[in-house]
Amino acid sequence: MPIINGTVLFNKENHGDGLKKALELKPQEIIMEIRESGLKGRGGAGFPTGTKWMLAAAAISEKKFVICNADEGEPGTFKDRVLLDEYTRLVFEGMIIAGYAIGASKGYVYLRGEYRYLLNKLKSEIDKMYSENQLGNNILGSNFHFDIEIRLGSGAYVCGEESALIESLEGHRGEPRNRPPYPVNTGFMGYPTIVNNVETFAAVPVIIFKGAEWFEKIGTDRSKGTKLISVSGDCEKPGVYEVPFGTTINEMLEMVAAKDTKAVQIGGASGICVPKSEFGRNISFEDVSTGGSIIIFNKDRDMLQVLKNFMEFFVEESCGQCTPCRIGNIKLLEGVQMIERGECSMSYLKELIELGKTMQIASKCGLGQSSPNPFIAIMTHFENEIFTQW
Amino acid sequence: MLVSEKSALTAEIEGIVNEYGNTRDNLLPILQRILNKHGHISEFAQQEVARLLDIHPVEVYGVVTFYGFMRVKEEGRYIVRLCKTISCDLAGKEAIARAIERELDIKFGETTQDKKFTLEYINCMGMCDAGPAMLINDTVYTHLTPRKAIEILKNCK
Ligand SMILES: Cc1cc2nc3c(=O)[nH]c(=O)nc-3n(C[C@H](O)[C@H](O)[C@H](O)COP(=O)(O)O)c2cc1C
Ligand code: SF4
Ligand code: FES
Repeated sequence: MPIINGTVLFNKENHGDGLKKALELKPQEIIMEIRESGLKGRGGAGFPTGTKWMLAAAAISEKKFVICNADEGEPGTFKDRVLLDEYTRLVFEGMIIAGYAIGASKGYVYLRGEYRYLLNKLKSEIDKMYSENQLGNNILGSNFHFDIEIRLGSGAYVCGEESALIESLEGHRGEPRNRPPYPVNTGFMGYPTIVNNVETFAAVPVIIFKGAEWFEKIGTDRSKGTKLISVSGDCEKPGVYEVPFGTTINEMLEMVAAKDTKAVQIGGASGICVPKSEFGRNISFEDVSTGGSIIIFNKDRDMLQVLKNFMEFFVEESCGQCTPCRIGNIKLLEGVQMIERGECSMSYLKELIELGKTMQIASKCGLGQSSPNPFIAIMTHFENEIFTQW
Repeated sequence: MLVSEKSALTAEIEGIVNEYGNTRDNLLPILQRILNKHGHISEFAQQEVARLLDIHPVEVYGVVTFYGFMRVKEEGRYIVRLCKTISCDLAGKEAIARAIERELDIKFGETTQDKKFTLEYINCMGMCDAGPAMLINDTVYTHLTPRKAIEILKNCK
């Protein structure tokens, strides 16, 4: 299927009165529209947004909550920062529409502590929305009420995981919960809660304004719309790019003027490392899926050092609650250090890869389930490079 | 701590708890306010928060020690946090790290004797397209060079 180009978010002409239009629809009609658009979560896991909202809407409860996940901590990812900074309204409007659709009257933005400098700007935008009757009581003349409050994180990557985020909002250590139950049933304070990424919310008013049919034409068969990609590393034009799903890695590299690229890390430290031979692959949920980052490595980079940096990250950020992740990441890091010193035998390396596979299965949350990804990928694709160094 | 200082801190914490409400879900905002004003959350402050929220002090301690930005001891007035994650590493954070260490004459994890600067590493702070990046208290600095980093430190009064 050909890819239809188009911008969804980075084109102000698409930002109409989605909120007003939404409030004229019935909640079920909004959920239908979002389902038909094919919108999937932009935070990494790609769960269908319409389905999540439908589950929360169906839950019977006196209170429900909407949470915007602005904890953006995945190394190499900064697209939510740009959305919050430059397209603030779109994000808040998406939250209000979500609240109306599922029957919630309170929304929280969980903003990572590192983005505290954005706080005043976000707060003044919220104040403006209250004064324009877009927040508070009887929004735009409807009988819908909604409030938004911003909460700050305090420097813990794992709090981006939705159940850890909820723990943190409730005043606890940010330790992920067992799932199920999922937040749509038992979320904040035990009430049905939807947690969505900043970019997911931002797409909502645009979809309502332009229509699901318009949105659904952009992208690929199974990945609708566009994706914001944060590009960093070895290239001339780093930054945030909006591309339709289906864009190949080669096309991305050309866009950002990257030269002599040896490999790219897609989806941050917990994503996957793609070597040059696979640059024809494309960014989509069905091929290379990403929460929104590409880190580029040119031919001079030492992939073992790259891997060491990732493993140090996971050792520090593991919440320590479950053994495969707490101990496993340390073992993998030690393995990298052994290789560095030339002390790792091939059979021990094989054992470490097996350990990684065990962690993928046995860890409690996505952190430990995905932290072995770069280890396995880099050891597989760059075995020759790494083991000819000694 | 002097008794008068203690009661001043108690009064202050009571004020903050009153403002947010004495329920557990307000624990983080309450602690963040104390941290912002005092630079750390002392054992005494933790006990007072626990008392006012009617939870065990160990619950508060558990939270304070979980989050990277919270601290229990007094440290520098300026917390300098240099990003050490991959994109900033590729962009040359090592040179910045060495330059700052030389300039302040401390290692990462340490505080200068005059309690002006505490030097730490931080993980990716979302400025990867503009690395090397660092955070000094709440302010972000990007596109660092050794010279620029030192200038910035010199401008901290
Ligand atoms: C360790 C870890 C960190 C995560 N960090 C984030 C994050 O910073 N932002 C985010 O939106 N989702 C993050 N997620 C995914 C969330 O758990 C959740 O799937 C997402 O917020 C759902 O929103 P979406 O469906 O709109 O993508 C993280 C997951 C894990 C396991
Ligand atoms: S996988 Fe890691 S981060 Fe997740 S719960 Fe287990 S120890 Fe914590
Ligand atoms: S890697 Fe340093 S800000 Fe992201």
